[in-house]
Amino acid sequence: MLPAPTVRPIGEGAVLIDFGGAISAATNDRVVALDRALAAQPPVGMVETVPAFVSLMIVFDPLVTDGNEVAAHALALLETASTVQRTPREHVIPVRYDPASAPDLAAVAEAAGLTPADVIAQHLAGEYRVFMYGFAPGYAYLGGVPPALHLPRKPRAERGHPVGSVIIAGAQCLITTLPMPTGWWVIGRTDQVILDPTRDEPFLFDPGDVIRFRRTE
Amino acid sequence: MQARIRFEAAGPLTTIQDSGRTALMRFGVPHSGPVDRRAFAAALALTAAPDGWAFELSHGSCVIVCEQGEIGFALCGGGFLADIAGDEPKAWRQGTLRAGERLRIRAGSGNWAYLAFAGSHAAPVWLGSSATHASSGLGGGLVTAGATFDFAASRTLEPCTIAPPPSNDPPDRVAIVLGPQDHHFPAEAIGHLTQASFTATTCFDRMGRVLGGPPLMPSSISMPSEPALRGCLQADGDGVLTLLLADHQTTSGYPKIATVISADIDRLAQLPSGRTIRFEAITAAEALRRTRTAAAATAAWLRSLALPTRLDERLWANNLVDGVIDANGV
Repeated sequence: MLPAPTVRPIGEGAVLIDFGGAISAATNDRVVALDRALAAQPPVGMVETVPAFVSLMIVFDPLVTDGNEVAAHALALLETASTVQRTPREHVIPVRYDPASAPDLAAVAEAAGLTPADVIAQHLAGEYRVFMYGFAPGYAYLGGVPPALHLPRKPRAERGHPVGSVIIAGAQCLITTLPMPTGWWVIGRTDQVILDPTRDEPFLFDPGDVIRFRRTE
Repeated sequence: MQARIRFEAAGPLTTIQDSGRTALMRFGVPHSGPVDRRAFAAALALTAAPDGWAFELSHGSCVIVCEQGEIGFALCGGGFLADIAGDEPKAWRQGTLRAGERLRIRAGSGNWAYLAFAGSHAAPVWLGSSATHASSGLGGGLVTAGATFDFAASRTLEPCTIAPPPSNDPPDRVAIVLGPQDHHFPAEAIGHLTQASFTATTCFDRMGRVLGGPPLMPSSISMPSEPALRGCLQADGDGVLTLLLADHQTTSGYPKIATVISADIDRLAQLPSGRTIRFEAITAAEALRRTRTAAAATAAWLRSLALPTRLDERLWANNLVDGVIDANGV
């Protein structure tokens, strides 16, 4: 029996369902399962849900319902949601690692004590999981960077990296969707568009999806 | 009728806003929309703006010239003052701008105001909304000096001042609900939060507003990023509190010690810089009761704005809009 999550109020218009503990695929699976269950059977007055690493926010209309009702509905769904088996979607993302596309590749190699070719091989060897979106529109946190490439962020954020930059920091990898300042390391670039407002589904990934990178020229 | 307006000057935070995006926070897209939702709703109600957007203005003067035609406008919120063609500046006013006339707007005691026009202009749409996400400029967009806007089906509005919303005085107490991450703070920090006074600073934008006060240091500085909501009071690594506003990041690794109730968020965003407040911790149930009371008062106020006051005006307005008089129409 898994421990029950903690319900925390966020003002009078949302509740946080907090599964607690460190970031793990197993905990994130519980977040994703509850998120899907709520999408299939939303409580009265639900406005939206926001899945994160180990927690899920449920936003509701406080003129229609309250946090107790919404949390009770979610906890009841959890009884069944956690047992639902799910096959994650897989995406293969083509990445260029040439110097113009990967301005930080040499610095990452030096910091990690590897050759640039090793860094590329390590990055390609990882199997990544979409844990959540955050920071900016379409920025999906992809966990699964191999430990040899775990580096702290740069001391200062930098501007000017193009959309589609493949960036890493710690155990996380990201593909940029907007030109935002970042202190992460730019180790490649993709032409795959993650956020396209003209598509029926503008965002390519869902939390829980699996990502692999493929080298391209 | 057609009208064209041009911004001869625009403050640095001038944007186009509609009511915002919903259900996209899960993809990292904040709600955006107006920082002061009541003042925005009033500007739309007064002008019956058919495309559902208004200009959001902040500090820095705006000068708008009417280049062609004539068009009604409404300016609401923040005590921002407008003069038309050099007349006496007034806050919360509506009127009509005619070819060659200038509307000059300067900030009042508050920080945000809404300028809507009684005409149709389709603003750019991104992800289903014209609300501008200021850090990317996506949506309706940032407005800079030189920008021109053509309005179709423009109407005039009678000059008058408008009753500000209920409970519009700057608050000295702001209601909060503790959490969602109050467990990341020592008891001492919770005590400071509810007993010390905090100052509204000049450091704000559409993402948030920094509050001055005693540092509220988290007991742990490492937590997985968790979802955030407008109204959350987030403490950074130095213990400095920021009130999250319309363009806030959807998740954050900084703990949120408490959340301002929705009836008080916009008032705290509008609070004149330098003013102090104290936080009053209440239960989520009490917050819900206050929010429902405030929503009912706001709805009644908005209805009173949208209605011509005299029966003959109402019949006349209905006749113009609908071509028939609807006995059940308001």
